Amino acid sequence: MAAVLRLVNRSAFTSTMGQQYVAFSSSAKAKAAGVRAGQALPEKVKIVEVGPRDGLQNEKTLVPTETKIHLIDMLSASGLPVIEATSFVSPKWVPQMADQVEVMKGICRIPGVSYPVLTPNLKGFQAAVKAGASEVAIFGAASELFSKKNINCSVDESLQRFDEVMRAAKEAGVPVRGYVSCVLGCPYEGKVAPEKVAHVAKRLYSMGCYEISLGDTIGVGTPGSMIEMLEAVSREVPVNALAVHCHDTYGQALANILVALQMGISVVDSSVAGLGGCPYAQGASGNVATEDVVYMLHGLGIQTGVDLSKLMDAGAFICRTLNRKTSSKVAQATCKL
Amino acid sequence: MGNVPTTVKHCLSYEQLLQDYPWLRRWLLEEKTIAGHEYPEFVKIVEVGPRDGLQNEKEIVPTGVKIKLIDMLSGTGLPVIEATSFVSSKWVPQMADHTDVLRGIQRAPHVRYPVLTPNIQGFQDAVAAGATEVAVFGSASETFSKKNINCSIDESMRRFEEVIKTAKERQIPVRGYVSCALGCPHEGHIEPSKVAEVAKRLYEMGCYEISLGDTIGVGTPGSMLKMLQSVMKEVPTSSLAVHCHDTYGQALPNILTALQMGVSVVDSAVAGLGGCPYAQGSSGNASTEDVLYMLHGMGIETGVNLAKVIEAGDFICSALCRKTNSKVAQAKGKTL
Repeated sequence: MAAVLRLVNRSAFTSTMGQQYVAFSSSAKAKAAGVRAGQALPEKVKIVEVGPRDGLQNEKTLVPTETKIHLIDMLSASGLPVIEATSFVSPKWVPQMADQVEVMKGICRIPGVSYPVLTPNLKGFQAAVKAGASEVAIFGAASELFSKKNINCSVDESLQRFDEVMRAAKEAGVPVRGYVSCVLGCPYEGKVAPEKVAHVAKRLYSMGCYEISLGDTIGVGTPGSMIEMLEAVSREVPVNALAVHCHDTYGQALANILVALQMGISVVDSSVAGLGGCPYAQGASGNVATEDVVYMLHGLGIQTGVDLSKLMDAGAFICRTLNRKTSSKVAQATCKL
Repeated sequence: MGNVPTTVKHCLSYEQLLQDYPWLRRWLLEEKTIAGHEYPEFVKIVEVGPRDGLQNEKEIVPTGVKIKLIDMLSGTGLPVIEATSFVSSKWVPQMADHTDVLRGIQRAPHVRYPVLTPNIQGFQDAVAAGATEVAVFGSASETFSKKNINCSIDESMRRFEEVIKTAKERQIPVRGYVSCALGCPHEGHIEPSKVAEVAKRLYEMGCYEISLGDTIGVGTPGSMLKMLQSVMKEVPTSSLAVHCHDTYGQALPNILTALQMGVSVVDSAVAGLGGCPYAQGSSGNASTEDVLYMLHGMGIETGVNLAKVIEAGDFICSALCRKTNSKVAQAKGKTL
């Protein structure tokens, strides 16, 4: 009603005056919005490339070891600062990662580039260190059901397992990255409370993880739920220790990443060529494509240190070898113009 | 204070008020704040699938299929559905059946069915066929204008002036489009001030709304922001719309940026119909389903039923024997 009253009071305005006022106030407001949007963004973003691990792990075809090594070497040459190389899980569970030791030993490590590997338990950690790993990662879940179905134990039990890994890593001086999956939804539980995500993130951080990557495992999140979740988590973990790992299953990844950046996040996980489908929605896409993320960041004037054309070469290589189309829209568009 | 109460809206014929006095939107439209950014509470979706979408499909779509698609879309709650285009069938054979389509569709009350009219001839044909709203297409790039419609921007504006003048006499609203707002396939970078200049001309000539099109999808939130800041100096935000292409995967973040700048009208195409004629095999229009998923997830109302849009998308994709470009449709069809 107040709006109507305002309308009546303003009946003295002529339409032209009104238009001028609107144009002026629109312009002023737009300027303010632009300033907010521009100022909020980080100058630099660290891209964590998960294609060789998270990406290939979800590909059906078993990829030859030399192909994995060549992919990682090409990615190293593109300027990516972090490349998740492989996973020290039992080959019984993840046959794709059975050649973990050969991959670790076969890659050409560029100084200044990190090559973290997944280590679900102490045994995996020990095998990883033996194979030359200098950074590891552990995977928690914000959903009890997902934890039970995925790694056969409750969230608490998984955190206890990780305690062992954390202690061993501290002694060995090996940094540990923590992942929280199902942060914006669970394929079994549906909605996941932001407080639960914050609780798990906080535990991993206080256990000693230097960075917590928050994963929208089934890609159901939108800017609305992303913001809600980040608000809860950033009350428990400093924003500069957070990363986002968005899946593009519902096409929301880049929009979600944008709002995360606006909230102060400056670490983004992505996968070259958008490798890795979604195991919970057969045939649907999974990881967000690194090429598309880099295109957006560079368009925003944000530095990544990544050479987009070398990155696309790596994407083209792996897609040729896997005999599949790229999931990156930038790659699809660029090679056709 | 919430939205204007329903009774008041009805009494004052809210929609009519907004149409007659576009400057009123500023006070009547409400916004919501999420994490320091303001977003509109309501976004109007302009569905361009049947025209912009199908126009870029290779196969000629039977008239019956076009009519059924539009009828299905009319049942989803979409407030605006661009039905067809009154261009010469020599140039755009896909739209040769424009009169049959416009006459064949079942027009839902409260839904608008604008049609493209590139010149006075097209306008007159459109009106004869029953059109009650039309659209004109300008460009921010001289080269694109010459190659696309065979004349300079100035010449095209003169043609549109004729259309808009005649439309005004008949009380037919005209929507204006500006293409290449974030880049041109021939010229490359486009100055935001040029976009603002063209948008201003169309607005001052009498277009009630200006849709800013990222024709080749090269824009990013960075360039979208700069372009909108420039245009908003000349045209009220409430009269602006964004028409983003997803060729480089940037459509949703670009739309999000536009919403943060106060834009509350978004063009999209069901199933992401319509490829990009400048990057063969690449995607074009943003998918209505994916846009809706994002908006609804943010608590922004659209009045549109997503499930029914997915059905319409499924229908047109089976008819065209092609896969949907909508990720939401792909995921929903396959979720365990």
